[in-house]
This record gives sequence, structure tokens and C-alpha cells, in this order.
Amino acid sequence: MCLAIPMRVVEIQGGKDPLLDPERAIVDADGLRKEVRLDLVDRRPQVGDYLIIHAGFAINCLDAENAEINLALMRELAEEMAREDGETP
Amino acid sequence: MKYMDEFRDRRLVTTLARQIHGEAGRPVRIMEVCGTHTMAIFRHGIRAMLPEEIELVSGPGCPVCVTPSGVIDGFLDLARRPEIIITTFGDMLRVPGSGTGPGNSLAGARSEGADVRIVYSPMDALTLARQEPDREVVFIAVGFETTTPTIAATILAADELQVENFSVFPAVKTMGPPLKALMRDPEVRVDGLLCPGHVSIIAGADSFRFLAREYGLACAVAGFEPTDILLAITVLLRQIDSGTPTVDNCYGRAVTMEGNRKARQITEKVFTPVDSEWRGMGLIPKSGLGLRDQYKQFDITSRLNLTIPPSREPGGCRCGDILRSICSPPDCPLFGRACTPASPIGPCMVSSEGTCAAWHKYNNPEALT
Repeated sequence: MCLAIPMRVVEIQGGKDPLLDPERAIVDADGLRKEVRLDLVDRRPQVGDYLIIHAGFAINCLDAENAEINLALMRELAEEMAREDGETP
Repeated sequence: MKYMDEFRDRRLVTTLARQIHGEAGRPVRIMEVCGTHTMAIFRHGIRAMLPEEIELVSGPGCPVCVTPSGVIDGFLDLARRPEIIITTFGDMLRVPGSGTGPGNSLAGARSEGADVRIVYSPMDALTLARQEPDREVVFIAVGFETTTPTIAATILAADELQVENFSVFPAVKTMGPPLKALMRDPEVRVDGLLCPGHVSIIAGADSFRFLAREYGLACAVAGFEPTDILLAITVLLRQIDSGTPTVDNCYGRAVTMEGNRKARQITEKVFTPVDSEWRGMGLIPKSGLGLRDQYKQFDITSRLNLTIPPSREPGGCRCGDILRSICSPPDCPLFGRACTPASPIGPCMVSSEGTCAAWHKYNNPEALT
């Protein structure tokens, strides 16, 4: 039930009135578009940012830099193992 | 999808699995306490990638599964009132109460004429209330730290918009107190915890530190892709082997040590800790959240002065033991016989993220042919 997925901001809408027209983001994942509330995130996202979406709300901005570092470390490890395999056939 | 597919890369998955094989030694038990983890572990075949010394067990991590049957009976009593529209996440629809007969779930009550509607967001329930000013729209508020801020924000919006025909049936819970209860339970044996990733977005990885410090439990916050889960298992093995339990955050793209403070402030503005009953675990002090006095008008149980009937478990059902990880679904006499996804008896079979439903779907020899 705590399913939440990263979706990319394609547009920011509203914001004229915090109550009647609160700021919302239009987000996209593989062509699926949704309008989400931004009440719970601590910074205003920019178009192109990835938000983690749960039950119609953005619950966090995704840290893209961290994701890339994480992937780079894992890829390095995979290379290392492949090299070791190559050396000891 | 970006930030999901890369973390499913087969080469990286194989690399991490090999590393785990290289590091595994004595038998260890690792618990996950998130239904989404339970499903991810089955869906990606994580168990089959691990050496046999590593046992993965599920804990009380599905909000639908831990909601006691008496509370479900409370939802059903309310659904039968003609002035009320019940709004709920889809997961709750088929969960049986303690009664019998076709009307013993929200789906059953709906087929008998109750107005029960599935919503994707609590905000959809508020929108419905504004569209139907002559009806009382009640949102079934179940969930953990991830979901509660969305409900709190909706209540704040209802308050500001002065919507008087919107309310919630509060049944939300928090993860810390049941984990503490599990660690104190002499029947439960767990060496490491896969901390729930999306609860951690809100609560922060640090919220699990007391488990490492006070109970010596190795903790790793994990995401939901195969590399996320395997990486977390690797760091848990290292913590366990070196005897230095701590909290490692293996889901850094989404989770910080501190969590989402703004979301927590919104939750705390609306809700306050209350004692709460957990299916299979009984009453756990301060493990639930009730509405603060200032927002009591949005609590349908206090507005209508409802009393929650005592819970009764179906005979033979071992969901309670399964939620505490002291038995596996096949140990239950009903599993796969009287209790199947098509006609579930216990909540762990009803919820698509329940341990029994996951076992039945992915571990059933007949289902694999």
C-alpha cells in the first residue's frame, strides 16, 4: 500500500490562491500523466525534476545525483567482477 | 521507467547476488516490514538468488493486514447507513470483517446496496464531498507513515474549505511501536531488518536507529528494485558478521537520514499518538494515530459516537502468527485449501500485498505450471 513511484514534472499549475487554486504538478511516467499535490514537499520542484508520488501527493523530490552515484558504484563492482572472471578463466 | 529500470539491470543484479554468495556464512533471518517489499521480493525472484543460509521473512508491514476485524466491522456498520458514502483505497475493499455471509466486506456491502467508492487519493474523497453536499463522505483512513501525511493534508484542506460533510474513520498506524514489540517477543527471531523505503521517506532512516542501539538489530533502508534489495541484504550481512548493528541507507535517491520534516509536521498538526490494536499482535501502546481535539469534527467515530466491536479471528486462521514471522503461510491449515485469493479468509490472503497472497501467487507449484 505504500507503493510510490518516481514521476517526472512536466508542468507546474495553479498557485494563484493557496486554498482554491493550490500549486500542483503535472507528472509523467512512460506517458502516464497525473496531477499531484505539492503540500508535502519542502521545495518547489522544477520542470524536469523527478518526484516520488504516493496517493495523489508528491512525498519527496528524487535525488538524481545520489541515484547516479549509486548506479556508478554498482557498475564499477560489476566491471571488477568481470575482470576477475577474465583473469581466472 | 527512469530511476526504476536501471535498478533492475540484470548484470548489476547478478553482480550483487554473487557478492552475497561470497559473504554468506552462518544462517541469518532478515525481516521485511513492508508489503511492497514482500511483493518485490517475490516478483523479482530474490529468494531464489540467495544462498540457503539467508532466510527472508515478512513482518507486520501491510496496513490492510494489520487492521483488526472489529475495525472492519466498524467500517461495515457505517457503510450500511444510507446517508453515507464510504471512500477507500482499493486494497481494503475485499477484507472480511468478523461476520459471515456475502455482506461481510466493503465489496459485499456494496453489492447489497451500500455506496462504497474506491479513491486513489484522500483528496479525491474531499472533492467528492464538495460535489455531494447532501451526503456524508467518509474516508477509510488506513496506512502507515507514508500515507498519513496525505490524509492529514486533506483534513487541513477540508478544515480551511469548511467542508462539513467530509470525515475520516481513523485507523492509521506507525511502524516504530510494533517493531519494538516484535524485538521484545521471545518467539520472534530476526537478525536484520529491511527497513521500509517509503515509510523512511517520511520518517527518515534515523527513525530505525533505536532498533540497532537498543536491540542490536542490523538495519538497512531499502528501495523496491532488485538491486536495492540485494544491496541492502549485502550491508545487513556485513553488519551482522562484524557485530556492529547500525542503520545503513541503501535508498539514498529517495530517503534521507532525517526524512521529510514538513510532511511529519503536517501529520503532527492533525494527529496525535493513541493506543491501537494490531491484528495478531494485540493492543500496542501509542502505535496508532487519532485526530487531535481541534480536528475531532472530522472523526466520524467521535461525530457519531461509534464504538468499535471487539475483534474475532476466523477459526484456524494463523495470520496473527504469520504477521509476527513465527510461521510461514504453508504452516496454516487453511492456506491454499479453505483460504485462497479467490475466497480469502484471513487478511494476509486478501491484501494483494499480504504474505499469504504473495506466497500463493509465486510459490504455488500449480500456479507455476
